Amino acid sequence: MKLTGAQALIKALEMEGVEVMFGLPGGCILPAYDPLLDSSIRHILVRHEQGAGHMAEGYAHVTGRPGVAMVTSGPAATNLVTPLCDAYMDSIPMVAITGQVPTTAIGTDAFQECDTVGITRSVTKHNELVMTPDDLPLAIRQAFHIATTGRPGPVLVDVPKDVLQQTMEWHWPSDVAVADSLPGYRPNVKGHPRMVREAARLILASERPVLYVGGGILKARAADALRELAELTEIHVVTTLMARGAFPDDHPLCLGMPGMHGNATAVTALQKADLLIALGARFDDRVTGKVSSFAPEAKVIHVDIDPAEQGKVRRPDVPIVGDCRLVIEEIVKALRAALDAGDERADTSAWRSRISGWREQFPYAYDQAEPGEALKPQFCLETLRDSAPEGTILVSGVGQHQMWSSQYWRFTEPYAWVNSGGLGTMGFSVPAAIGAKVGRPDRTVWAIDGDGCFQMTAQELVTASTERIPIKVAILNNSYLGMVRQWQEMFYDERYSEVYLSPDLPDYVKWAEAMGCVGLRVEEPEEVQPAIDKANAIDDRPVVIDFRVDAGEKVFPMVPAGHSNDDLVLPPSQLRWQESLR
Amino acid sequence: MSSAAQPTEGHHILSVLVENRPGVLSRVASLFARRGYNIFSLAVAPSEDERFSRLTIVVDLESTPLEQITKQLFKLIEVVKISELDPRRSVERELVLATVRAAPEDRSQVVELVTIFEGKILAVGTDALTVSLEGHPDKLDDFEELLRGYGIVELQRTGRVALPKLDREARVRAVRGRAS
Repeated sequence: MKLTGAQALIKALEMEGVEVMFGLPGGCILPAYDPLLDSSIRHILVRHEQGAGHMAEGYAHVTGRPGVAMVTSGPAATNLVTPLCDAYMDSIPMVAITGQVPTTAIGTDAFQECDTVGITRSVTKHNELVMTPDDLPLAIRQAFHIATTGRPGPVLVDVPKDVLQQTMEWHWPSDVAVADSLPGYRPNVKGHPRMVREAARLILASERPVLYVGGGILKARAADALRELAELTEIHVVTTLMARGAFPDDHPLCLGMPGMHGNATAVTALQKADLLIALGARFDDRVTGKVSSFAPEAKVIHVDIDPAEQGKVRRPDVPIVGDCRLVIEEIVKALRAALDAGDERADTSAWRSRISGWREQFPYAYDQAEPGEALKPQFCLETLRDSAPEGTILVSGVGQHQMWSSQYWRFTEPYAWVNSGGLGTMGFSVPAAIGAKVGRPDRTVWAIDGDGCFQMTAQELVTASTERIPIKVAILNNSYLGMVRQWQEMFYDERYSEVYLSPDLPDYVKWAEAMGCVGLRVEEPEEVQPAIDKANAIDDRPVVIDFRVDAGEKVFPMVPAGHSNDDLVLPPSQLRWQESLR
Repeated sequence: MSSAAQPTEGHHILSVLVENRPGVLSRVASLFARRGYNIFSLAVAPSEDERFSRLTIVVDLESTPLEQITKQLFKLIEVVKISELDPRRSVERELVLATVRAAPEDRSQVVELVTIFEGKILAVGTDALTVSLEGHPDKLDDFEELLRGYGIVELQRTGRVALPKLDREARVRAVRGRAS
């Protein structure tokens, strides 16, 4: 069967099971958009290529399937760099297809030419320039294989226009052919049995253990295995920003988020532990604080599918390279075997009661607004949380609102939290929420955004309205780049430099309406609940609520950047109990 | 290159087998740049199997442990195999080309030096010679040092290439294989 390269590309995507892709056509990718008309794949036309990338990420976050973005060459490809880097940092499976100038024009500085594979080399797990249509099926198969196996990540396939136009004899490489074509790619999924036994031994011997759980748990679909391990051993769990929901917040063993804005109990439990069981976590600086004083007395069991994470930041006592789910299941087996054989378990009761004490003393806290004072952002979030329909997916941008979202939401299931962790991409939430809603149309999707973030990618609400993707956006509008303002207040003597944005410019309600959404404004505490109820009741178009919140509100607790986690700054109302964290 | 640039104890030799495809060298180079690792020297050419090339990379370990470098390198899809070569258990070779000032009154001394080192004279000019020497990098360092006294006009070294030494058993096996 003879096909054009373009037909082969679309057919290959269909063969890979792609149901939805996000993109925007242009000169060099034009040939691929013609067979798309006859394809089963739904294409969502974005307003900016960055939106396509973040939508693909949001889709991948909630479905576990690779998100696909297709854009043209040159400026479209460069607009995709941010989402690629975001997906790379957060290990999101994603496949990007970019058009390229014809092979004969490559290297001539042709119109809309850029060195896409060169530019994206360090922000993709792998990328490839396809020089003949015969290579397209294998390139696409490799891209999906690499994006979704091992440590997931973004893969880019760059396709010159003439490659799309030429014809080829259709063929579909077998799994074996794909594996043979990648002799250097053999992810190790099964943990080393001796290391697994050693991990079990350390767990049984530990008096102050903590499960330090990262986003890798979600990638490995290991939430059930984690729960079995935690309940078997009665070890408390901290879930990092990327792992919120991997272990239910309402579980008695869940301590919530550690790190720079984590809660005091999670931060301090890590600090005082004698054993960290790190599962799919990478000892990010936002979690460890100053590395040399992080969990100084702890031995470390580190389970990660990426060997390069072992020892990158903290040297593990027991490194286990493998898939988190398989390794946890093996550890559980080894623990059961040891316990059945009559092995002693160290007494953890003193530790557990210490943790309970901290939890009682140090919940997340903020001062309620007095009558006449501005609305508290945390109050808006709590109301939103308590009114959210079952199974709501929460998506956030980056900054104060992101930290409050992670702090005040109650995550009770995995894959219901989407955010930009590693790269910290402002503007992530609106497009990512659209992608999430496309992936899970049965769920309510709320995007929590800041006013600064919203202005970066709001135009994608036009996409949402056009494509009838009814997401809901809550802007916590404090008229500032809030997190930067907080740092300037705390660390730059309140010298506010270039952080003021204005609450009224733009007019978010009018802007939302202009984009085909329902726009609501909330200024008083008593308006919060009715506005949220109204938003939850709308299901035929996107809704944007402009919450006018207190600009002076800060995120607490906080570990100042570069400081030890022992220097945690508590909210003002808890300062007097600081000593009990020592 | 001055003797101060010689590999020190902080240097290690990696022999990296990669798929022979466009852009591989660039991937390796940008990985080193991106992660802040220092390359001391790098030599690359096709290997015995045309599908693969072999890179010999001498890395400077002042900033990063070798383990992290090899693990990050391994994440490149085209990297098939990485061996760390212990200098005591490898054969290393390098080539240097040098144009040296050799006025008629000095020329015989330079020629003598090249002869002692078993190098070659590639070109003769009125007051300069272009010479070459292949050998262990340490030997090249000595040669370079002695040439410097006469005045080096231009000099280019290839960077070292290396392979593991055959141990005794392997050497014997190789001989037997040939005999049978």
